[in-house]
Amino acid sequence: MTVKNLAACALALLTVGVSLQAQAHRAWMLPSATVLSGDEAWVTVDGAISNSVFYFEHHPLRLDQLEVRSPSGKSVEAQNQAQGMYRSVFDVELVEDGTYTLEIHNNGVFARYKLDGETKRWRGTFDEIDEIPDGVDDLSMSETDRRIQVFVTKGAPTPGTFKVRGEGLEMQPITHPNDLFAGEAAQFRFLLDGKAAAGLEVTVIRDGIRYRDQVNEQVLKTNEDGVVEILWDEPGMYWLEAESELDSKKLEDASRHVGYSATLEVLPL
Amino acid sequence: MSKRLFMTLKQWMALGLMTAAAPFSAAAELALEVEIPRLQVAEYHRPYVAIWIETDKGAHQQNLALWFDHDMDDNEGTKWLKDLRLWWRRSGREESFPVDGYAGATRPVGTHRLTFSDQQAPLNALPPGKYKLVVEAAREVGGREMIRLPFEWPINTPQNTSAEGEHELGHIQLNLNP
Repeated sequence: MTVKNLAACALALLTVGVSLQAQAHRAWMLPSATVLSGDEAWVTVDGAISNSVFYFEHHPLRLDQLEVRSPSGKSVEAQNQAQGMYRSVFDVELVEDGTYTLEIHNNGVFARYKLDGETKRWRGTFDEIDEIPDGVDDLSMSETDRRIQVFVTKGAPTPGTFKVRGEGLEMQPITHPNDLFAGEAAQFRFLLDGKAAAGLEVTVIRDGIRYRDQVNEQVLKTNEDGVVEILWDEPGMYWLEAESELDSKKLEDASRHVGYSATLEVLPL
Repeated sequence: MSKRLFMTLKQWMALGLMTAAAPFSAAAELALEVEIPRLQVAEYHRPYVAIWIETDKGAHQQNLALWFDHDMDDNEGTKWLKDLRLWWRRSGREESFPVDGYAGATRPVGTHRLTFSDQQAPLNALPPGKYKLVVEAAREVGGREMIRLPFEWPINTPQNTSAEGEHELGHIQLNLNP
């Protein structure tokens, strides 16, 4: 192989690597338990961005947008927050009985531009958009709205914590997400900006990818009411994800990426 | 009043027939034997056990017994009740602890006998039908096991069924005597 060929080959590999990475990165939270009993109950939660669920191998998850909602809708403190090389950690004390929602919602703008011939990337909220200098070249922007959720229940499952915000991609449980059992089917409704998300692809992956040859993901599609039915063949922790791309309403000539993901535990009976 | 207390010959005869068929001196009884097996393990804890009745469709009907660490400080024993997975889903998670009536301490290795009369709570309220008696056991640092024994209610004829547990439970014997 000539030097020229080698360089071209390396460049090609690099391009492939980048595009694969961009697709494969997954942000997730992993709770120590989802079904709890007793007076004093705690969950400890890991958060990471990785290629493979649920392995810590790339980046810790940023927790600045973390919000924990109690069964009655109160905001609960995420205690003992820490960030390691590959994962973030926090604890939640479950004082009230019922279901809690742990959520990270990121809504913002991603921009790429050239300044003095150099490519720059910028990420921020809509309010901070003025930080992008005037008169830059090749400015391209996109809007992102991503939501990551985990549900945990002490005692009996309750629906009070599920709130439709009407913004971005959301999951509205029909089957309670802390009442999932192997051999049973669950139904979830997906909403895009508060309206039924019909024809949305929903991907479901069970944990333990490292110990099998294939990812074995289930790819399902929502019906006209935005409802998807998932049959859980085996118990385990599952990662569920749905994404969509549409035109931004707030930015001119820009696309809008919306995403939803959740970690769901399916128990054996 | 006195007229109403006076029974006709026909009524006396009917009562006599009823008495012959089902003497009300002896109540029908559901008797259950649950064996907690001796296990050769390095760290042994007595299992948590839930015993209940479900309909033949699997719907929860009636709790009969719950053996767990019920007297720990700060109610701490309730932390592991969710490990009785099926019972927790069917009934436990809806209960507020401490529960009255059916909960008690964990039991040692051996055979434990429970009896329930059809004249007294909780079985006096059990509607006629086909049921299963469920015994679920879960042990700290151990496993979980569940056994179901079918029966019919009310008890018209003697019904005797049994099953052998393989891991957390031993011999389970259910006897229903009219």
